[in-house]
Amino acid sequence: MEKMHIKLNVNGKDVDLLTEPRTLLIHALREEMGITGPHIGCSSSHCGACTIDMNGMSVKSCTVFAAQANGAEITTIEGLGTPDSLHVLQEMFKEHHGLQCGYCTPGMITRAHRLLQEIPNPTEDEVRFGIAGNLCRCTGYQNIVKAILAAAAKMNEMKESA
Amino acid sequence: MIPSAFNYHRPETVDGVVSLLAEWGDDARVIAGGHSLIPVMKQRLTDISHLIDLAAVETLKGISLQDGVVTIGAMTTQHELITSDTLAKAAPLVREASLQIADPQVRYVGTIGGNVANGDPANDMPGLMQTLDATYHLTGPNGARTVAARDFYEAAYFTAREEDEILTAISFAAADGGYAYEKQKRKIGDYATAAAGVLLTVEGGTCSAASIALTNLSDTPVYCAEAVDILVGSTLDDASIDAAVKAAVGASDPVADTRGPVDFKKYVAGIIIKKAIHSAKSRA
Repeated sequence: MEKMHIKLNVNGKDVDLLTEPRTLLIHALREEMGITGPHIGCSSSHCGACTIDMNGMSVKSCTVFAAQANGAEITTIEGLGTPDSLHVLQEMFKEHHGLQCGYCTPGMITRAHRLLQEIPNPTEDEVRFGIAGNLCRCTGYQNIVKAILAAAAKMNEMKESA
Repeated sequence: MIPSAFNYHRPETVDGVVSLLAEWGDDARVIAGGHSLIPVMKQRLTDISHLIDLAAVETLKGISLQDGVVTIGAMTTQHELITSDTLAKAAPLVREASLQIADPQVRYVGTIGGNVANGDPANDMPGLMQTLDATYHLTGPNGARTVAARDFYEAAYFTAREEDEILTAISFAAADGGYAYEKQKRKIGDYATAAAGVLLTVEGGTCSAASIALTNLSDTPVYCAEAVDILVGSTLDDASIDAAVKAAVGASDPVADTRGPVDFKKYVAGIIIKKAIHSAKSRA
């Protein structure tokens, strides 16, 4: 099949990709753009390790063709923070032990980021319901929920003092 | 998992979609949110050489309320159903059911049209549309036509939609009486072991109108006419509700699978239907 040109904006950078229509967005990100933050866990839209932010929505990039994303604005964990300048969510995951093996973490944080955009001051129940599409097999979620609630509080504090 | 190769089309009008379907016939499939179709393509359980993406067809999107009739474009996502103020007022049942579908990521992209047109008996929207007595709007090479949701489902994945037609919209009368969608599932994101959608109208202590339908308890969604007949005209007393639950369970025809044997599913169905009727009654 003929390859097609796909334009994306990934983490603030315009990307022009020449790829087959059957290329999944997660493969385009990881293998063609070298953006390896989003992980492949189940590759069947259950686990959420591949979660990215696409046009303001949390999306499982293993279940989207790159062709469908043509023209989209995409944010991955790489676009949220850097090792030298962590995002508040990353800091709070570190502080509250919100990760053990870390495999689910990029998807978890990318999802939590969108959740806090929509509900800046969530209850514990809202956090649990909001991250229901992301599986973690290490933590039992307790510390992930704590980390997200702490990040929400910190982000609201920062907004008030700004 | 990588699907086999295909050509990708992104038409901008319904006519464009219909003419592509006419051109490629069985080799073509339309894709909405893709969260049912792409997993099947990745497992190579289906052979598609032309994928027609509906995402750019603007006329397939949106929710409107006019003269007491709600119309929802086929490409409207579950997330949009949940966040719609119009629907929250005109048919809160839709929001209650949508919140129980899959998980947040899937609801951002999963569409009402894909959910009802796929014909998967495990999907929640087909059963919900029986409860709402919805009308499906289809467009094909010979123009547009409508089919009642209660006449649409023939067997699992077999519907009244012709191969060269697409579902463009869903409409139903605003439903502001008592409502409930109850679903028993093993975990978030799972399909229902049993689910039931109920609408009740109560006037002067008597049930004047009712609707009950079931999800994933047969190879099609089940509208429970007998149970409805029992409730209408009753005072929704315990004896009437018990009789209606029995009739509704009797209308189900589940098969044994990983969610349990037949007797277990019927047992769960009884509990879920009863819960849904009581919840709808408390809101009527």
